[in-house]
Amino acid sequence: MSRSRSASRATVFSFLAPALLILAAVLLYPGLSVLWLSLHRRLLIFDISRFVGLDNFAFLIQDSRFWNAFGNTLYFTAVSVAAELLLGLGVAVLLHRAFRGKGLMRTVLLIPWAIPTVVSAKMWEWLYNPDFGLLNYLLGLRINWLGSPALALHAAIFMDVWKTTPFVALLLMAGLQTIPPELYQAARIDGATGWMAFRAITLPLLKPVVLVVLIFRTLDAFRVFDAVYVLTGGGPANTTETLSIYAYKVLFQTLQFGYGSAIAVTVFFFVGVITLLYVRQLRGVAV
Amino acid sequence: MKRLGFFTLVLLLSLYCLGPFLWQLITAFKPTAELTTLPPLLPSRPTLGHFAAIFAGHPFLRIISNSLLVATACTVLSLAVGSLAAFALARLPVKRKGLILGLVLCGSMFPPIATVSPLYIIIRTLGLRDTLLALILTYTSFTLPLTIWVLTHFFRSIPRELYAAARVDGCTPFQSFRRVMLPLGAPGLVATAILVFIYSWNEFLFALTFTATPASRTIPVGIALFPGLHEVPWGEIAAASVVVTLPLLGLVFLFQRRIIEGLTAGAVKG
Repeated sequence: MSRSRSASRATVFSFLAPALLILAAVLLYPGLSVLWLSLHRRLLIFDISRFVGLDNFAFLIQDSRFWNAFGNTLYFTAVSVAAELLLGLGVAVLLHRAFRGKGLMRTVLLIPWAIPTVVSAKMWEWLYNPDFGLLNYLLGLRINWLGSPALALHAAIFMDVWKTTPFVALLLMAGLQTIPPELYQAARIDGATGWMAFRAITLPLLKPVVLVVLIFRTLDAFRVFDAVYVLTGGGPANTTETLSIYAYKVLFQTLQFGYGSAIAVTVFFFVGVITLLYVRQLRGVAV
Repeated sequence: MKRLGFFTLVLLLSLYCLGPFLWQLITAFKPTAELTTLPPLLPSRPTLGHFAAIFAGHPFLRIISNSLLVATACTVLSLAVGSLAAFALARLPVKRKGLILGLVLCGSMFPPIATVSPLYIIIRTLGLRDTLLALILTYTSFTLPLTIWVLTHFFRSIPRELYAAARVDGCTPFQSFRRVMLPLGAPGLVATAILVFIYSWNEFLFALTFTATPASRTIPVGIALFPGLHEVPWGEIAAASVVVTLPLLGLVFLFQRRIIEGLTAGAVKG
């Protein structure tokens, strides 16, 4: 292509500039700024701002509430993502066939995903209600799901699994569609059972999609805030307090911007680590 | 027999997806006295009282119009800015294209909690606290990575020859963007617009921290901080939930195919 027909560098830049500018101002700058904030003792109400080096992180290592939140976050992430992936895979394989009303089924699967998280948290709070909740009524029990320290985090996980499994299933269904049906026919001719075909064809070919779904789900679960915050507020006795909820409370309820930012930085750090681990895996399978 | 088993499973799955919201719907029509008794499951005399109450007693209309304004403005901004960038990444000779796309993708990994404290300070300094503008700008930025990523994918699927032909016919890059890429990329634009709209309609953390007064609240905050005098007004919360969820269900019913296309763009096709 001649020079006159290919776009000049200035033209290219003018297309990209607005997006890069907004991303730099509202994403990149705050992303760097939070690191700087975490090195300060900053109390917003008293206008105190003092550089303290790594003091916040030294405190954080000894803060049992931080480790509690960290444990809750890990548990929430591991259990909910594993459940969502396994159930989602089951649903995707089940629905991966032609049947009447498949389009409608897809719509139904999208609904839990589309319902605002805050609304679904309120919805589940009502379902879990110990006295008038539908769940206890149907099960014939009188359990205080959200009030008992042993159950509350599991109740939150169950809600997340409800909201996200159908979404995972939809993505995996799209992935299944990219597998050529001839492979299954060939496997059947060679005498493979359904389970053998699933292990030899479906799983390996679906692996890239599974990894992408896992990245997004793991990151979302690790950053979880609104679902749990609205459902339980982090209680009872901090048993559902995740890292994001703890950081939010330190930032906006006690207004310790330095320490709160330090907690937020750890979320940032772990999100980065998780991403790197997955990306390395993904590189291994990318064609 | 096998068919019957399959359809039973499908039915159970649908009930699992829809059940919690159906219960919320039933609750919204129950008279207050029946909220605290089970059975009956269904209201003996369905009432619109809770719906009347949310529009009469609270600034609920204001909250809905706030959300509409924020979500619409964010969608327009994010698509306008994002489509320009996506077009450049899909068709123009950009240096380090892979690096830019990678960085954009990194942007979508940013934990909101890690940016909320600096953004709060910036917004306070600029005097934007408790304004919808603060939310619009923040949401635009947080949705831009998704917009750019999905639209780049859609623009790349438009045959290169069409863009080349427009350029040969004397169109500037911008003209060919506007006259060729945008119309042909319309399905992708619709898909992206819906995803961005739903994100802004549902976002909670920034809306909670950047707003201070009920007058500037958006729907998720309005519902989370639902005012109750003595006890939790479950009927009114249910009614409010139904009202704010119905528009989304409408979008899902109308655009199911597009939404799934948008969600899987890049994730599945690589």
